[in-house]
Amino acid sequence: MSDANDPMAEIRASFFIECEELLEALQDGLQLLYDGADDTETINVVFRAVHSIKGGAGAFGLEALVRFAHRFETVLDEIRSERMSAGADALKVFFQCADHLSDLVRISRDAGDLPDEKTAELLGELDKLLGEEGASAHDEPEPEEDIEFQPAILSLDLDLGGEDDTPELAIADLPDLPPIASTNRFRILFRPANELFETGNEPFHMLRALDELGECDVICQLERLPDFADLNPEHSFLSWTIELSTEADAAEIEAAFEFVEGLCTLEVEAIRQPEEISAELSQEMPETGIEVVQSTQEVPLPDAATNVQEARPGVPRNEQPATETLPEPEPDAPAAEVPATKTPEQKPPAKTNAPAAAKSVVRVDLDRIERLVNLVGELVINQAMLSQSLESSGLSPHSDAMNGLEEFQRLTRDIQDSVMMIRAQPVKSLFQRMSRIVRESSSMVDKDVRLHTEGENTEVDKTVIERLADPLTHMIRNAVDHGLETTEKRLAAGKPRQGRVNLTAAHRSGRVVIDVSDDGGGINREKVLQIAIDKGLVPADVSFSDTEIDNLLFLPGFSTASVVSDLSGRGVGMDVVRTAIQALGGRITISSVPGVGTTFSISLPLTLAVLDGMVVQVADETLVLPLNVVIETLTLGKGDVEMVRPGAHVVRVRSGFVPLFDLGEELGYRSPISEYEGSVVLLIAHEDGSHAALIIDSILDQRQVVIKGLDDSFFRAPGIAAATILGDGQIALILDTSDIISNAIGATGTGASPSLTGIPA
Amino acid sequence: MSEKETVKSIELLTFQLADQEYSLDIMSVREIRGWTRTTPLPHAPSYMKGVINLRGTVLPVMDLSERLGLRAREQTDRNVIIVVSHDDMLTGLLVDAVSDIIALTEDDLQPPPEMQSGQGPGVVSALTLIDERMIRVLELSSVVASVQSTAA
Repeated sequence: MSDANDPMAEIRASFFIECEELLEALQDGLQLLYDGADDTETINVVFRAVHSIKGGAGAFGLEALVRFAHRFETVLDEIRSERMSAGADALKVFFQCADHLSDLVRISRDAGDLPDEKTAELLGELDKLLGEEGASAHDEPEPEEDIEFQPAILSLDLDLGGEDDTPELAIADLPDLPPIASTNRFRILFRPANELFETGNEPFHMLRALDELGECDVICQLERLPDFADLNPEHSFLSWTIELSTEADAAEIEAAFEFVEGLCTLEVEAIRQPEEISAELSQEMPETGIEVVQSTQEVPLPDAATNVQEARPGVPRNEQPATETLPEPEPDAPAAEVPATKTPEQKPPAKTNAPAAAKSVVRVDLDRIERLVNLVGELVINQAMLSQSLESSGLSPHSDAMNGLEEFQRLTRDIQDSVMMIRAQPVKSLFQRMSRIVRESSSMVDKDVRLHTEGENTEVDKTVIERLADPLTHMIRNAVDHGLETTEKRLAAGKPRQGRVNLTAAHRSGRVVIDVSDDGGGINREKVLQIAIDKGLVPADVSFSDTEIDNLLFLPGFSTASVVSDLSGRGVGMDVVRTAIQALGGRITISSVPGVGTTFSISLPLTLAVLDGMVVQVADETLVLPLNVVIETLTLGKGDVEMVRPGAHVVRVRSGFVPLFDLGEELGYRSPISEYEGSVVLLIAHEDGSHAALIIDSILDQRQVVIKGLDDSFFRAPGIAAATILGDGQIALILDTSDIISNAIGATGTGASPSLTGIPA
Repeated sequence: MSEKETVKSIELLTFQLADQEYSLDIMSVREIRGWTRTTPLPHAPSYMKGVINLRGTVLPVMDLSERLGLRAREQTDRNVIIVVSHDDMLTGLLVDAVSDIIALTEDDLQPPPEMQSGQGPGVVSALTLIDERMIRVLELSSVVASVQSTAA
């Protein structure tokens, strides 16, 4: 596509990637504020995130995004400068705005339709915040500060030409501000930092851009030029003072320097004729005239102005035009400006509040990683082939070849693990999406809910994270909607008013366990059972254990019912959730305590590329079962197998009777065996805790296998999840045991009710 | 070569299926492999012979004569698998033996007579004569793509 050739598209793409990081930092920051953090750094992080998004969006002409981010930023600035407090109401709006901002970013990226209505609504909310909290500022007490920030709006509004932006606010509050003269004169001090060259920028382009704005007088300052011997071609020693007569306003001038924001010292000040100033002074508050000047600086470098106000002499906040400004920064600027401007500007994307965020990261095309993963898969298979042939060649285990082989195996395993790690990502981004789901769904059902997350840094395969989003969203919604009681009920039960949903992730014995729990009323088992009976999903005359009732929620028919919405338990689409989890090689379990809450626990493999498998033989075919479903192996003795009815057998295991299936028969490899004694049986556990037994011929091995997908579009083999390549180059199929058993149940009629097998169809 | 520029020239890979001669457009053929044991897929239609390892990818293999409704072959070591690509998807076609590569122009092809109501799907798109032997040109898309519907 054109993307490949268009450098702009590439830059644009990297902007959107950066946006994701910024939005993440924004969410984190807001969450910290919500959790009671009140330090200026957190507020700065939030502010910078929004500001940087705005800056980037401006560069790509994403007007709607800029407009929204700008207003958001304006309100945040009020908080940053402590003119407004970040109360719960304000934070609620901020969260919504952050969500909306991320929507806008996504929509802008995909060039979709902008949700103007929502934008307008949230802009209204932001204005309301300004109106209420900032009301004091609008009145007498601090007119100075009020004005200081208002002109910023004015100048940007003009710049963007936003129609539905609310210029009335800005203009209405500033009736006294004189219209900007048709020809303005600005003095611009531009001193590039060394980084400006490093990032591939050219001062020449800025100067030319200025020249296009109007008439330029450029003076190049050479004071800092060192002796020839000390000259470093990669460093910047020159600075320029430009006097520009233009019709443009300060914002337009700054726009010329947009790409080097933070990489230079930039001062833009309006130069006025003395008579002009005195005329204004006589007719309005003296501050205003000056503050207009100041405002021009407020716009371009608010980042730099955040936490290093004192330490940035290079960008002084001018109180007086012309007179004081120029001489003052000159002397100390060269030494101090580089670190001062660099620190706040360059780091915001990477720097969240987490101190550990200083890791350096490489962005790699996913295709390359896929290729690497595939190659390692080949390596593992080849290693297995080599091992097999060396072992069969009858070499002494102490021979050099065998020792070398051992070392080779270890290295292969290490490489494999490391490569799999590349695809691993922390679940954090996923969890952040969930906090949004909680906010949205709780406001929808009008409940006060707090999401509590833990283990955000737990790493899982990227594909797993992507495919987990939908099921998790579903479960969180369920937890908020059905899991938590209404506020009245909570208070009546002596619980805190605010409901709580926990989302935790942790590594546990080579798998990832993600729990979604709530402190709601628990599953109303009577009601669940009643609904299942009413819908004809289970027979009415069978008694069920609590676990069995809970598992009814996973029955496919259970979800479609409209009755479910007034059910205090759960059920909406849980079968879909379970299918999605199973497709990831995971399992999901429920536990619920009446009155205390419900927990859904998802256990997932760390990666989708490798599986710990048990290699078995059935009717001359080699098959692989996921090791984690096998809980026990046994050899059948006399009288272990009982017939329930022709074609349906159970095997007696300590805990009771378990339905027995002949794998060879189920897969159509052979006719059913008649003599069970001596057969090897695998006891298989299901997500819901129920068991089944599978007859196989023999167990060959337990080892890691590389999963090779089968092209489902060609032919979907029932009961087969994927394939792998064995040491001898042959393909072995990887079984989907629950699929096999549910097929078997359907075919033989064994255990038509879930109570026998525990496996809802 | 140049005299054929005006008419579109094509090359066909011809092969034996149950003593008959069939052919495929050579552009869809990726490679030809000797027979290897396939891993059978459970509950697959009988013409689906299973899957084999093609340098690390899982390649489904079908018996072309069974697929076309011809008599099932006795499997011998001389059987070969033609790996074809259709819509970026690789499939192995098991045939009795590969014969030749022939070059001809589209003028040499004639449509089959309207009588394909017999056995097998209508997969022969054209007929041609080479040295008095009739060669059937297969329409790959209908051989491969319709598996989906039959198998589903």
